[in-house]
Amino acid sequence: MADQAHLADPRDPWYLRLPVVADLRRSHGLQRGMLIAGLTLTAILLVTAALAPLLAPYSWAQTTDAAGVFGSQQPPSARNPLGTTVAGFDVLSRVIWGTRTAVAVMACAVVFSLFLGVLLGLVSGYLGGWFDRIAVMIADAVYAFPSLLLAIVMSIVISGGRSDAWGGILSAALSITVVFIPQYFRVIRAETIRLKAEPFVESAKVIGVGVPRILFGHVFRNATRTLPLIFTLNASEAILTLVGLGFLGFGIEPTSASEWGYDLNRSMADVTSGIWWTSVFPGLAIVLSVLGVTLVGESMNDLNDPRLRTRVKARRAPAAPAASGKEQR
Amino acid sequence: MSLDERFPGTDPRLRIRDLDVTFATDAGPVEAVTDVGFSVDPGEILAVVGESGSGKTVTARSILRLLPETATVDGAVLVEGTDVLTLPASTMRTVRGRDVAMVFQEPSSALNPVFPIWWQFGEGLRAHHPKITRAEIKAKAVEALASVGIPDPQTRVNRFPHEFSGGQKQRIIIAMALSMGAKLIVADEPTTALDVTVQAEILQLLRDVRDAYGTSIILITHNMGVVADLADSVLVMYQGKVVERAWATELFASPRHDYTRKLLAAVPRIGSASASAGLDQDAWARLDAAEVVTAASGMDVTYPGRLGSPAFTAVHGVDFTIHAGEVFGLVGESGSGKTTIGRAMAGLEAVTGGSLTVFGHEMRGFRERRFRPLRREIGFVFQDPATSFDPQLTIGECVGEPLLVHEPGLRPAARRERVAEMLEAVQLPAGYARRYPHELSGGQRQRVSFARALALRPRLLIADEPTSALDVSVQATVLALFHELQQRFGFACLFISHDLAVVDQVAHRVGVLHRGRLVEQGPGFEVMTHPADAYTRRLLASLPVPDPVEQAERREALRAERGHDTHA
Repeated sequence: MADQAHLADPRDPWYLRLPVVADLRRSHGLQRGMLIAGLTLTAILLVTAALAPLLAPYSWAQTTDAAGVFGSQQPPSARNPLGTTVAGFDVLSRVIWGTRTAVAVMACAVVFSLFLGVLLGLVSGYLGGWFDRIAVMIADAVYAFPSLLLAIVMSIVISGGRSDAWGGILSAALSITVVFIPQYFRVIRAETIRLKAEPFVESAKVIGVGVPRILFGHVFRNATRTLPLIFTLNASEAILTLVGLGFLGFGIEPTSASEWGYDLNRSMADVTSGIWWTSVFPGLAIVLSVLGVTLVGESMNDLNDPRLRTRVKARRAPAAPAASGKEQR
Repeated sequence: MSLDERFPGTDPRLRIRDLDVTFATDAGPVEAVTDVGFSVDPGEILAVVGESGSGKTVTARSILRLLPETATVDGAVLVEGTDVLTLPASTMRTVRGRDVAMVFQEPSSALNPVFPIWWQFGEGLRAHHPKITRAEIKAKAVEALASVGIPDPQTRVNRFPHEFSGGQKQRIIIAMALSMGAKLIVADEPTTALDVTVQAEILQLLRDVRDAYGTSIILITHNMGVVADLADSVLVMYQGKVVERAWATELFASPRHDYTRKLLAAVPRIGSASASAGLDQDAWARLDAAEVVTAASGMDVTYPGRLGSPAFTAVHGVDFTIHAGEVFGLVGESGSGKTTIGRAMAGLEAVTGGSLTVFGHEMRGFRERRFRPLRREIGFVFQDPATSFDPQLTIGECVGEPLLVHEPGLRPAARRERVAEMLEAVQLPAGYARRYPHELSGGQRQRVSFARALALRPRLLIADEPTSALDVSVQATVLALFHELQQRFGFACLFISHDLAVVDQVAHRVGVLHRGRLVEQGPGFEVMTHPADAYTRRLLASLPVPDPVEQAERREALRAERGHDTHA
């Protein structure tokens, strides 16, 4: 069947069958370029987050060093390579430490919503009935809210206003989770309903396989093919929501962690007075990290669709002698 | 000898020379068609036959340049002397429809559901006559519908596709080809999605169209009965190459190529290998005395209607019994309720009236928990071997699953041994246990399907059209395997099929379903040779036999009977 043909060969070693690696191996041309660009940007984001203590010259909330106070809104110099903010923080350090916050929120939000959304979708789609109807209704209701508004409400409910680093990260992550759960729920539920009617699930039923084994053994393994895709697309949306919350003032205290959205908010007044370094660098960090993750997601989307995936054009080989031998048989 | 030059002097309507088609796939280029050449004369009906993957559809689609972008086409396709492969896209559009029209397999998806019939005619007509008015389109459409035998064309031209039956939709598509004046119709499996009785009517229509308008027809099919019924000449394709081209009468009488001979031998025919004819009195008595495995009496299956529409009764008052060791064949057209009965026996469908017992367990008011212990006594083989296996599991895991569920104490090594044993029973090497379903061919997968169904040695097997998704030659081997397995394990079986000839080969007793009612049942050979019910007679008469001479006689007989019906 056509939609099985593009599955990675199950006998390849496991690391070649991982979603991103398998996609990279079968991509060509522009699609490959997009994927590699996305992977590079994402890798830079992750490495920076991991090595932030080594890369950043100062801490995120440092306003002084051995030589004294940095000063407010200082232009880029040897001491502060990207200048300082209105509050006297080092811009480079805050951009670098900001990757940690971004990655932490992204990971938490996506993992929470993945677990809850997938579980709810599987159970709701397979069992149906009143539970399914109520779950769908709640998911629809969540969809009807503007997601940022919902995130704001959730962050107020969860953190009760401003809070420390992990409290802020978790409240941002949880408020994003609430917005994302319906997406996973919907996708997995739709897949489950489709798979429920597939002959292979019915044949398991006829054999007498129990519900948990059908759900997690047969349906789950076949329903998760689209997950890496929503996963990456949602990851970029998670960064944007986090930054949006920070920009609107519902984020994390500047002294507990560095967060790009907050910095952008603070730098708004600087733009009109010609101080460009306070807004450009956090902004650039947001754009590049979102772009990187989105590129990975979009190219995986294209590669997973056999109609969008480009292939090496067939070149007609000169008639091989082996072929003519076959003809005579 | 060149088959191209069979009619010196007449210009062929279509001539294909050295056609090569290569597809770019993930696994590298695949040659679908190599070195194909043939021609079609005016008024000729050419049947292109071959198994799935033999390149017959690709060849036909290349005539209209309907291949996907991944295809590379080489060679020449001359329609009325113009090479369509080199035409620019704008000129190509005028060739489509005017010179060549296409009739697809699935008539329901070939018509746009949101527009009335006349509008669909207008699409094609406007492409060739941009100034045509709505009144002219309707007039042309009415004329074309009348010519293909749609009753009351004046009013029905304003109807929508869903208001027509499948056979009528196929007629409408043929009418559309005629209204554009197409001189060559490419019909890709035009009757595969239709029931036998409707198929006979469509084949008759195609023959009438050829006789009346001199249209050439390329008929792509895998059904040798259809070929015998309609075709003047036959092109046999195998693995992307033409292996034989001959007149239909010649081909059936004396096939030259080995492959053609094999193909013809594999076609099942009623009465040639009847499973029930050879049984003597004793055998019947033994079957009747055996324990009753399944009994239905007055069984109803009703689907509740949506708000405002009445409930739909799929199965209506059906009575039958299946004894241990007996194969009960259930035949009927699509929608007759045969699959519903099979699914109800496996507890996949609720029985709403009457009674159905399986091993004495009443299926009305079914509860999975109480039925589960009986599941190990029932095997189920599904129609489509491509979708009835979990693509993530190996063949070994699939066949071992029933063992895992019902004999949880079994050690993995012992289970693997049992799986190997089962694979051997269905004539597959034990090494296939490590493969994945998509790595097997359709026939091999259906063998695995039997292995899985029989892994627990059940006393009842439900086989729902187990061979209808397979090629004829593969079907023959799977049927032989079924026969052998039934002899060896002695299970009772409900064998569901739409193909009378297949049922005749495997079943002791046969039941004929028509619109949810069992109109006739009895020993296989008796139902096949002396049908008591009018519907069974019509079903048998509509089934084309793979012999052009005999089929011509049967066709006349069917026409006579149908004329009789309309008079009555």
